[in-house]
Amino acid sequence: MSRTISAAPTWQSVEEDQGRYILDRQSVLGPLLLLPAVIYILALVGFPLVLAVLYSLSDVTVGDQSIDLVGFDNFRAVWNNDTFQTALRNSIVFTLVSQLIVIVLANILVLVLSAEFPGKRLVRFLILLPWTTPLALAVIGWRWMLDNIYSPLDAVMRELHLLGPGTRYGPQRNMHWLSDDFLAQSAVITVHVWRTLPFAAVILLAGMTSIPQDVKDAADIDGAGYWRQLFYIRLPLLLPIMAVASLYGIVFTFTDIIVVYVLTGGGPVDGTQVLPTWAYYKGVGGSDLAQGAAIALFLFPVLVAVAVLMLRLARRTETV
Amino acid sequence: MAIVETRRLIKQFGDNPPAVDGIDLVSGDGEFLVLLGPSGCGKTTLLRMIGGLEPPTGGQVWIGGRNVTRLPPRARQIAMVFQSYALYPHMSVRQNIAFPLKAQKVSKDEQRKKIEWAASILGIEMLLDRKPRQLSGGQRQRVALARALVRDPTIFLLDEPLSNLDAQRRASARDELQQFQRRVGTTTIYVTHDQVEAMGMGDRIAVMDRGRIRQLGTPREIYDNPADTFVATFVGSPPMNLIEHDGVLIGFRPEHFAPSSHAAGSNGAGMTFPFRVHREEYLGSEHLFYGEVGPAKAVARFPATVEVAAELGETYDYCVSAEHLKRFDSDTGARL
Repeated sequence: MSRTISAAPTWQSVEEDQGRYILDRQSVLGPLLLLPAVIYILALVGFPLVLAVLYSLSDVTVGDQSIDLVGFDNFRAVWNNDTFQTALRNSIVFTLVSQLIVIVLANILVLVLSAEFPGKRLVRFLILLPWTTPLALAVIGWRWMLDNIYSPLDAVMRELHLLGPGTRYGPQRNMHWLSDDFLAQSAVITVHVWRTLPFAAVILLAGMTSIPQDVKDAADIDGAGYWRQLFYIRLPLLLPIMAVASLYGIVFTFTDIIVVYVLTGGGPVDGTQVLPTWAYYKGVGGSDLAQGAAIALFLFPVLVAVAVLMLRLARRTETV
Repeated sequence: MAIVETRRLIKQFGDNPPAVDGIDLVSGDGEFLVLLGPSGCGKTTLLRMIGGLEPPTGGQVWIGGRNVTRLPPRARQIAMVFQSYALYPHMSVRQNIAFPLKAQKVSKDEQRKKIEWAASILGIEMLLDRKPRQLSGGQRQRVALARALVRDPTIFLLDEPLSNLDAQRRASARDELQQFQRRVGTTTIYVTHDQVEAMGMGDRIAVMDRGRIRQLGTPREIYDNPADTFVATFVGSPPMNLIEHDGVLIGFRPEHFAPSSHAAGSNGAGMTFPFRVHREEYLGSEHLFYGEVGPAKAVARFPATVEVAAELGETYDYCVSAEHLKRFDSDTGARL
């Protein structure tokens, strides 16, 4: 009897319950949880990107912020500028050379790090240290190391009789590291290598330890010596993870402004100018927002290509 | 073909008790020798030392009359198949099989011939251009065998090669593997924890426990005449019944444990036990009675064709004829 009496209130409470469990529905909870990320990407990535494209097609400056479209005039002007050509070449050369060195050194480093020796943890920690240092601070340190007058490198070279009157690099008493095109470019590349190497090494180390012991044992049994195992088993198996490390390294290096801005300021003259610094000097320093945006947009195709490759790699590792 | 011999072989990791504790083992030429034991008994470590993947703490390994203790794996002319098959994931099946040949600097022509020969023996000709990830477990196992075969090894070392296969596939793979071994006639050392594999495939079985060989013998010897209570209870499913009686352990197989009324025809020299039945298990081809003899658990097994009447909870007189009774020392577990 009590069952029939309570029938109506039960229905009502079911409807209430549906309201209470609304967050259990994937069609509601999913979009809700995604919303912050979508807002973030639209506001901080999408909007600036659209603005940059708009700026690059207009004649906007710091003084006159009205956007009047001028077509591809900015791109033409930027392209015909000698400094831009230098910056573009430097960006590409610095990135490729530094990442090539990083991959070779990281592979060697990983062989060392995957061996067993006392103090291995300390060495691993020290090697990772450059990656954890604030880059701007680290580059200031490098600038002191390479100082035109007080460089400790010069002092060491003088002690070794490599610098000073009557020596190999004499008679000058200083190398003037950052005042010579080639030396300054080498310095920028060196700092990039110093900075990305730990990261690449850690990624490769993870890849190396993920090669199953059985596969290495099988290669031992199959009669492969050290080099054959290295070139036919380990390196090919590391290839996908090396690609990941390289793609990250390329993005970090290609878009980096700190190293050049702090170390050389783009100098001597424009000898180490790269696209990010040149875009900054032109757009913010020189108040020409339109041309600055156009320069920065030259980074875009490279970054799109890298992003596509990364996504493809990610998808491939998913399906394996 | 060759004889494998280990002499006082020891392996100790750190301060732990030795994983392999002074093992003397001699294989026959062309023999299929199985190392059987529970996990952690040292069987894989023993195999890896024979293969040269693990340096022994003490003792020697001899293969084909040669002391190979200090030689690297590649100098031992052995082939090994791993539990995971350990195929090279970035190479095609053909490249996988060719790898040991390339390492031996075999000519291209010779390589091709050998690959075709091995592929035809194992029936994988149509898989040669696939990558390992496109193969099923059974196909991977055959590729691993082909890779082992092309080297003309003097011995095969197999480390639980069937454990990644499903139950049905495993039965046919057991058959294939044994036929394959008979055909190539290469001395084979086979590690497993599965007694069905060991009993079904081995010429002889070495039952291992805690780094030592408890018994070495043919499957029949191991089953009918276990050397101690460990072997008696590890081999056989359900294991041998062990009943404490007059200060010794009396052991007998569940299939020899039957109601006195059924055993009327056999000689009267056996023993009779009061068997209290707790539970019946019907397995299709056979049925099992679980129960107790005094404080000890016991099992009786009957083929499905035999009708046995038993009320659960009741006690019956069950007997075992004299030839099926084994006596073990109740302290050491050793056979008396």
